[in-house]
Amino acid sequence: MADLSIDLAGIRSPNPFWLASAPPTNSGYQVMRAFAAGWGGAVWKTLALEPIVNVTSRFGGYNVGAYRMAGMNNIELITDRPLDENLREIAECKAAYPDRAIVVSLMTECTRESWHELIRRCETVPLDGFELNFGCPHGMSERGQGAAVGQDPELIEMVTRWAKEAAHVPVIVKLTPNVTDVRYAARAAAKGGADAISLINTINSLIGVDLDSWLPIPHVDGKSSHGGYCGPAVKPIALNMVGACAKDAQVGIPISGIGGISDWRDAVEFMLMGSTSVQVCTAVMHHGFRIVGDMIDGLNNYLDGRGMASVRDLIGKTVPRFVDWNDLNLDYKIIARIDPESCIRCNKCYIACEDAAHQCIDRPADPKLAPVVDEEHCVGCNLCQMVCPVVDCIEMVRVDAGDTVHTWREKLQSVPL
Amino acid sequence: MAFPSVSLGPPIAKRLSRLEVQIEANRCLNCYDAPCIRACPTSIDVPRFIGRIATGDLLGSAQTIMDANPVGASCARVCPTDQLCEGACVYKADENPIRIGDLQRYATDWAIQTGTTLFAAGPPTGKRVAVVGGGPAGLAAARDLARMGHAVTIFERDPEAGGLDTYGIVPFRLPAEIALWEAEQVRALGVEIRTGVTVGETISADSVLAEYDAVVIAVGMGNVPRLGIEGEDAVGVWDALDFIRIAKMGGDVGRLGEHVAIIGGGNTAIDAATCSRRLGVPSVTMYYRRGAERMTAYGFEIEFAQVEGVEFRTYVLPKRIVVENGRVAGLELISTDPAGSARPLPGTERIVPADTVIAAIGQTRHTSLLDAFGVVHDVNGIAIVDDGMRTNLPNVYAAGDCMFKPGGIDAMVVEAAQRGKVAAQSVDTFLRAEVR
Ligand SMILES: Cc1cc2nc3c(=O)[nH]c(=O)nc-3n(C[C@H](O)[C@H](O)[C@H](O)COP(=O)(O)OP(=O)(O)OC[C@H]3O[C@@H](n4cnc5c(N)ncnc54)[C@H](O)[C@@H]3O)c2cc1C
Ligand SMILES: Cc1cc2nc3c(=O)[nH]c(=O)nc-3n(C[C@H](O)[C@H](O)[C@H](O)COP(=O)(O)O)c2cc1C
Ligand code: SF4
Ligand code: SF4
Ligand code: SF4
Repeated sequence: MADLSIDLAGIRSPNPFWLASAPPTNSGYQVMRAFAAGWGGAVWKTLALEPIVNVTSRFGGYNVGAYRMAGMNNIELITDRPLDENLREIAECKAAYPDRAIVVSLMTECTRESWHELIRRCETVPLDGFELNFGCPHGMSERGQGAAVGQDPELIEMVTRWAKEAAHVPVIVKLTPNVTDVRYAARAAAKGGADAISLINTINSLIGVDLDSWLPIPHVDGKSSHGGYCGPAVKPIALNMVGACAKDAQVGIPISGIGGISDWRDAVEFMLMGSTSVQVCTAVMHHGFRIVGDMIDGLNNYLDGRGMASVRDLIGKTVPRFVDWNDLNLDYKIIARIDPESCIRCNKCYIACEDAAHQCIDRPADPKLAPVVDEEHCVGCNLCQMVCPVVDCIEMVRVDAGDTVHTWREKLQSVPL
Repeated sequence: MAFPSVSLGPPIAKRLSRLEVQIEANRCLNCYDAPCIRACPTSIDVPRFIGRIATGDLLGSAQTIMDANPVGASCARVCPTDQLCEGACVYKADENPIRIGDLQRYATDWAIQTGTTLFAAGPPTGKRVAVVGGGPAGLAAARDLARMGHAVTIFERDPEAGGLDTYGIVPFRLPAEIALWEAEQVRALGVEIRTGVTVGETISADSVLAEYDAVVIAVGMGNVPRLGIEGEDAVGVWDALDFIRIAKMGGDVGRLGEHVAIIGGGNTAIDAATCSRRLGVPSVTMYYRRGAERMTAYGFEIEFAQVEGVEFRTYVLPKRIVVENGRVAGLELISTDPAGSARPLPGTERIVPADTVIAAIGQTRHTSLLDAFGVVHDVNGIAIVDDGMRTNLPNVYAAGDCMFKPGGIDAMVVEAAQRGKVAAQSVDTFLRAEVR
C-alpha cells in the first residue's frame, strides 16, 4: 500500500483527490457524502458575501457518438445560498472529517475591504485554505469578478495580495484558461504571494444549437449566453496549461490540477505534469462520488506495481520532458508496423493514410489480407495507429540508429543571422 | 390494403429500442471498402446507412438501403445475415458483429411508418418493358427500370404483388405489409402492377412479346412437387406453400389434429413446421431423408424451430400415408442408409402418428411458360441466362428463383433482388442501344 497523502503548500489530505468547487460541493450534505466515499479534499462551491440568483436551465452536454458528456458546459454562477449557512456546514464537515482538506473558494467585489471582510467572516470556522476564483468565465465576469480579474495579471496580483494580507491559511489562486498565455496569470499570482495555483477553470464555449428550434443550448427562455466548458474534452488543454506553469521558473509554486480528470490515469498524468493534488467536477456530475474508490485503488495499484512508496514521487516527473519544439531531435525516426494477426481488416488505417497522411499504406489485392506499411515512405505520424480500433495492432517502431541528436535550435545557432 | 394483417404470434426478431439503435449505430467503425458491403449481394453501403442513422438522417439512410436493394425492408427481416453482411463484419471474429439487419429494419421502418416515398421515376424514354411476376426479382427489376425512365408493367398472377415475401414467408418473420409497402414504392414510380393476370393463361406470352420492347421473366418457382406415395390425395395432405399462404392470409386450414408431419429439411419445411406450432398443434415433427448436417435450412432457422418446439427425425423417408375415411391417419416411414445416400433400407418400415402431412420437398418449375416465350432452359426447367440475365432472346431476360440452379446461388430474397437489378441494367443498355 503506497502512501497517497499529499501536502499542497501546507494543505494536507490523505489522497490527492479533491472535489473542485462546483455543484458537488454545494452543501454540507454533499461534502459529507463525498468524504464518506473517500474524497481526500473538497473545494467548497464559491462563496460570496451575498448569494446570487441562478437561472434555469444551466448545463449543456456535448455527446460524441453514443458517449454522453464528453464535455459539458454551464451558465451557473457561484453559490446561491447564504454565507452563514455555508459556513455552518463547513464547520460540521470539518468536525466530522478532520483529516480531509476543506478549501473554501471565494469571489467578491474587486475592493480590498470586500476581500478582507469575506476572508474574515470565513475564518470564523475551521478550514484548511482558500481558493480565489479568478476563473468563472460567464456572468460574474460581466460584474467585474471571476475571469474579469483572472484575465488581467495586474488585478490578479493585487487581489491576491489583499487576500494574503487577511488570510491565516494558505491561499490558492484558481486560473482561467480564457487567456492567450496562462503563464502570465500564474506569474502574477506568484508575485502577489499566492501559496499555490489551481487550473483550469472552465473554457468559454457554446455547446450547440437546437436544429428544430434554432435556439442555442442550453437556453433560458429562448436565449443563451456563452458558458464554461469542462469534462473529458478539456483535459488536453488543461494538461498543457498545467505543464506550462510547472516548467515556468517564474511561477515556482505548487499546482492543483483541474480539467477533465475522470479516473486514476488522468490523475497520474496531471501529477506527472506537475500537479500536487487534482480536482474533479464533471466526472462526479456524470457518475457520482463513488468513482473515487476506483481512483484510489487504481492509483495505489499503479504505484505498487512500479514499486513506488509515495504518490508524491510522481509530481512533476514528466515536466523536464515537456520542452520547446526547437529542442526536439530531428533525427528520431519511427514507422508504423501492422500486426496482421490482430488486424480485423477495417481498412481505416489505409484510408486515413491515403487521404490524410502520406499515402504509404498499401492494400493487398486480396481483401482478406491485412494492409501493409510502405516503411520507406512512412513518416511515423501516428495517424494510422490512432484510427486503428484494435488495441496494440499497429506498433510504432524506432528505425533510426538512435545515436545522433540534431535540433532545430542547433540549426538556428549554426546559421549566422 | 385488402390483405389481412396476420402475425401468428410474436415476431421472431425484436425491434431495436432507440437506445440499442444509438449504441449499435455508433459502434459501427465506418470501415473503408467495408467487408459487409462486399458480402451483401445487393452491395448496400452499410456504413453509410448506419452513419446516417447515427446522425439522425433517417430519410438518407432509408434511401441508401432501398437504392441498392428495392426490397431492403423485407431483406432486413429475412436475410440470413449471419452468412452475409453480419458474417463479414469486422467484429464477427469477436462474435459481436454490428446488428446490420436490425438497423436496416429501423431505417426502413421509419420510411414505412412515415409513409415516405423514397424515389422518383426517370425522364421517360418511350420504351415499354413487361415484367412477368411481381416477387422480389420482378419488383427490383421494375423499380430500377422505372427510375431509368422506362414505362413498366408488372403482370402478377396473385391478387397482390410481393411474391413469396407476401405469401410465402411466415408472418412472424416477415409480415405481408412490409412486402406490400415495397410494391407500393414501385407503384409510386408509375409502374403499372396488373394483379390477377397469369401470363400464359390470362394473356399469352406472344402478346406480351409483341406489345413490349423487352420482357423480364421473374416468375419464381412453382408448387411443391408430389411425393409420389400412396395416400397423397387424402384430406390433410398439404403442399407447404399452400399451407403457409392460407395461414399467413388468416384463412382456414381446417383441422390439423394432434400430430403434424413435415416432409423435408429446407427452409420451407421449417416455416411450415413453426407455422403449425403457432397454429396450436401440440406435436410437430420434421422428417428428413439425410442427416441433420445436410439439411438445407439455415442454422438459425433450425435453432428457431427447436425453440418453437419442433422435433426432428433424420434418415427417414415417407413410404405411405395411412388413410382412414379419406383423411390422414398416420405416416409410414422407412429408414434410409445412414451413410447419407438416402437409399431406403427395406424392413425398417414403421408407422408414426400423423393427422396432417405437409410436403416441403422443393418446388417445381414454370417450364411451360419459358417454352411459351421461347426461352432456352435446362432439363429441370431452369432458365439459362448470361451474366447480364439475358436469355437466348435479345429482348428477354430472366431473374430470381426461375434462373437459380441448385448448388449455385442460394435462392433467397436478396439474391433475387440483385438479379432483378442486373436484369434492369441489361434491359436499359439493350433499349438505349436500340434508340440509336
Ligand atoms: C417458405 C419459404 C421461406 C423462405 N424464407 C426465406 C428467407 O427467410 N430468406 C430469404 O432470403 N429467402 C427465403 N425464401 C426464398 C425467397 O422467398 C425466394 O428466393 C424469393 O422470393 C424469390 O423471388 P422471385 O421474385 O424470384 O420469386 P417469387 O417470390 O416466387 O415471385 C414470383 C412471382 O411471380 C408470380 N408468377 C408466377 N408465375 C406467373 C405467371 N405465369 N404470370 C404472372 N405472374 C406469375 C408469382 O405469383 C409470384 O408473385 C423462402 C422461400 C420459401 C418458399
Ligand atoms: C456547473 C458548474 C459550476 C461550476 N461552478 C464553479 C464555481 O462556483 N467556482 C469555481 O471555481 N469553479 C466552478 N466550476 C468549475 C469547476 O470547478 C472546474 O474548474 C471545471 O469544471 C473543470 O473541471 P472538470 O473538467 O473536472 O469538470 C463549475 C463547473 C461546473 C460544471
Ligand atoms: S486500422 Fe488496424 S485493424 Fe483496421 S485494417 Fe488497419 S491495422 Fe487492421
Ligand atoms: S440486404 Fe440483407 S445482406 Fe444486404 S445488408 Fe441488408 S440484411 Fe445484410
Ligand atoms: S464491417 Fe461492421 S463495423 Fe465495419 S462498416 Fe461494416 S458493419 Fe460497420
